[in-house]
Amino acid sequence: MIPDSSKIRKDFPILDQKVNGKPLIYFDNAATSQRPLQVIERVNEFSLRINGNIHRATHSMANRTTEAFESSREIVRNYLNAPEAAEVIFTHGTTESINLVAFSFGEAFISVGDEVIVSEMEHHANIVPWQMMCERKGAILKVIPFTDGGELCIDQLDSLITDKTKILAVAHVSNTLGTINPVAEIIAKAHLKNVPVLIDGAQAAPHFKIDVQALDCDFYAFSGHKLYGPTGIGVLYGKREWLDKMPPFLGGGEMIDRVTFAKTTYNEIPYKFEAGTPHYVGAIGLGAAIEYVYNNDNLMLTQHEHDLLNEATIRLKQIDGLRIYGEAPLKTGVICFNIEGIHPFDLGTLLDQMGIAVRTGRLCADPVMDHYGVENMVRASFAFYNTAEEIESLYIALIRLKAMF
Amino acid sequence: MTIDIVQQEIVEDFSGFEDWMDKYAYLIELGNELAPIDPKYKVESNLIRGCQSRVWLHQEFNEGKIIFEAESDALIVKGLVALLLKIYSNHTPQEILASEPKFIDEIGLRQHLSPTRSNGLLAMVKQMKLYALAYEKISTKNN
Repeated sequence: MIPDSSKIRKDFPILDQKVNGKPLIYFDNAATSQRPLQVIERVNEFSLRINGNIHRATHSMANRTTEAFESSREIVRNYLNAPEAAEVIFTHGTTESINLVAFSFGEAFISVGDEVIVSEMEHHANIVPWQMMCERKGAILKVIPFTDGGELCIDQLDSLITDKTKILAVAHVSNTLGTINPVAEIIAKAHLKNVPVLIDGAQAAPHFKIDVQALDCDFYAFSGHKLYGPTGIGVLYGKREWLDKMPPFLGGGEMIDRVTFAKTTYNEIPYKFEAGTPHYVGAIGLGAAIEYVYNNDNLMLTQHEHDLLNEATIRLKQIDGLRIYGEAPLKTGVICFNIEGIHPFDLGTLLDQMGIAVRTGRLCADPVMDHYGVENMVRASFAFYNTAEEIESLYIALIRLKAMF
Repeated sequence: MTIDIVQQEIVEDFSGFEDWMDKYAYLIELGNELAPIDPKYKVESNLIRGCQSRVWLHQEFNEGKIIFEAESDALIVKGLVALLLKIYSNHTPQEILASEPKFIDEIGLRQHLSPTRSNGLLAMVKQMKLYALAYEKISTKNN
């Protein structure tokens, strides 16, 4: 069934505008998605009526803010099917979530000669924090490669995981290839050797519901702004058994139990990892975004995104000299491509003139560029508010632009 | 011809285009016509790296004037590079330092030289000015 896109698009007034004189076609959803009125209004209503610093005062404004913040935590817990709300930590975004684990887990559990595994298709945010930790601790970073088709070589996992492996971090969905990785299988294999797993869910959370208990992942990270929510807010889920044993990431107010100059004791989770005043307005917006996306008929929206991907893949392949990077059988609505003889920067510049927003460049994934031996790519990424007509417009635009070169 | 006159000429060239597509088609043509930089100058030390596209810039100082050669891997950027070379190459350091690339604004392509665009063009202009500054110092010292 095709969702009523005109009804959905009414929730996203930002889409109804012209860019360079043409109706906006927004195909950069994997970078950031647009916010529905329901999120904007919840944030506005909150900003107009309620503001007090959370967890700190007896007055009503602070209490109401705390209530709203904690009820968002509960919405996230429910969305992730996490056992307890205390295992849901609010961060600035996926990047901070991963840095938190790389630092605090590293401090507690990593020593010289230990090994950390990531994959070749990771976003830089799931590579660099681990590299920094490995450098600090004298540990070794190992990499799960992927095939030219865009699938992880998980048959190599058995040999990659050794007695020295302390943690494995992998994307649920690749931000370039769109591949939905078999994370449940990866986690099961890692757990057989007692290796905990962090899942970078930045590109997964916008598309389908996450069940951290079914996956049995040890950590799960995602961002608000890719999930139709505000920027500057993200989530780290972690199993209590790990979080309790990890030292704090940042020090300051809120995260302490008792401070003396001789010794400070720390608060319980999640507060231990939420130093300073959190971005509670963002957290409230994120709660509204999750409610919006998952109160809608989510299966229908997912199916619609899938149809858009299929349609776009078929159309783009009809263009001579166009190569798609990543054609795994299980993908989200992300297509990276290049047209022979045309630099992605040129394509992006000209598409922008036609009102079409795509991402071009190295996509925060240098190893993926290196894998295919290219400097840059063009990426079109779809959300449920996109339409088949917009896909057709992209196809026609590309045909027209190709003739200019 | 002075830098300002060349800039005026470019603005006149572009004033004939009504459609954005014609304007970009012309830039692509300029990019295609630009003689490639000698491969021996296409090296890391001459590379101006943008996230989106790369520009290589080489210079020589000859009889008081700086001769620039440059190239980009993106064709639209290469077209703009060709315009910048037309304006700045074969001029004295003083002339280069005294002149801003204001034509970009007038032909409606300002966004390509804005600091938010990581295409290497703004860095190329800065680099040309830095070379001009360096050669100006050398030539005043020698005099």
